[in-house]
Amino acid sequence: MGGIRTAGDLVARMQMTRKMRLPEAKRHVAGKLGVSVTDLSDSTVMRRVREDLDIGLVTGVAGAAKGLEAKARIATLLDVKINCVERLKDKMHVQVD
Amino acid sequence: MSTIWTRMGDGAAVEMTAEEVRADMVAGSEDAAKKGKIPTLEKHEYDYLFEMFASPTRIWGVERGHEAILTKDGSTNSLYSAQLSSGVGLPLSREQCFRTFERAFSFDTMEIGHTDYSVKPVKPIVALEQTHVEAVLHNCIIPVYYGFMPNLGLYFRPDGPFPNPSDLLPKGQIAEARAATEEGLEACRTDMIWMTDKMDEVGADGINYDTTASTGDGEFLAVLEAVEHAVKNTDLSVEVGMAAECVLGFHGQLTYDGKRLAGMWPHQQLEVVEKAGTHVFGPVVNTNSRRSTPWNLARAVTFVKAVTERASIPIHPNVGMGVGGVPMFECPPPDVVTRCSAAMIMIGKADGL
Repeated sequence: MGGIRTAGDLVARMQMTRKMRLPEAKRHVAGKLGVSVTDLSDSTVMRRVREDLDIGLVTGVAGAAKGLEAKARIATLLDVKINCVERLKDKMHVQVD
Repeated sequence: MSTIWTRMGDGAAVEMTAEEVRADMVAGSEDAAKKGKIPTLEKHEYDYLFEMFASPTRIWGVERGHEAILTKDGSTNSLYSAQLSSGVGLPLSREQCFRTFERAFSFDTMEIGHTDYSVKPVKPIVALEQTHVEAVLHNCIIPVYYGFMPNLGLYFRPDGPFPNPSDLLPKGQIAEARAATEEGLEACRTDMIWMTDKMDEVGADGINYDTTASTGDGEFLAVLEAVEHAVKNTDLSVEVGMAAECVLGFHGQLTYDGKRLAGMWPHQQLEVVEKAGTHVFGPVVNTNSRRSTPWNLARAVTFVKAVTERASIPIHPNVGMGVGGVPMFECPPPDVVTRCSAAMIMIGKADGL
């Protein structure tokens, strides 16, 4: 679907965590991002959406969320639990929203 | 139109008439229907496949809006490994490979796995495996699976401690062969669960049990019971990818949820895989290298369609060398790989590949 160039990683997370079939997973992510289902696979649209939401970009941009930073924001955005983010919270002994 | 250029199941180019292509598609679908006791493809589906094969374009793709998710077995070893994994032998670490898959190849998910890829030899170096998974979890954004093959065969002599059913069965020692399978599958299941828990400890997103049932019904049972454990006791998402289209009956009497595992076809495998709690299922349909790609692909999507019609979980059929209609050749040609991939989604209604 295009991974972090589009919204492929986000749709994959809905399949993996909630067992959503493809159409349902796409509708869920599109709703959370405020875009259409076809926009999810459009790298031109998604490049801007991902930058606005600061959820990780495919290009190397200084200051943009990377790795765990991006995933912490994705967990909140999609309302899903991401295991390594939960582990970071445990390591920090603080609540991260 | 004079002839249609396509490929045989071994990758060799072949020119066929329109009538030959249509006849092969019908024969392939009917073969799947007969074996699996499932419906054949419908007219509009044959028409889609025919238009696709008849098109002279180099590659094919899904319609806009039908893009699907990619999960991958065999981990990143297709970049750093050798011919044994169709690897291209790049001098890269697994972390470098992972980031390349994420940023250069735009994969939706990726996997870390040991170069051997079987669970048994990974156990002594589990700390190394955990460290590599942690590294990509820190630096990457796409979901991270850890993958391995249960590979029950490694638990039998000469590679393992238990008598080998493949030696016992030809001698007529059926009871001894069954006992060996039962002992072996317990050891295999124990190793799978141990490794699964280790990946849960470090916060991996998912675990991929790949080439499931490669050693038949005993291995399939070990996997199903490992899935139950993972779903009940860990936060991992579980993907089960099969080894072949039909579960071989090395034991023959093993059941799960009251269903005999030996002889199960993909849509029957789905029932027990779903019951165990699996999040993503990857059915396999084998390629017949002596048949054409129209025959193999029609057959493959017939099986996969029967799975997706029944599924309540995402279905990611295997579409690679020797499976899913793709020719059995270590450099599968893009003209048919792209056609098989698109057909799996447009006709097979797959949620990913």
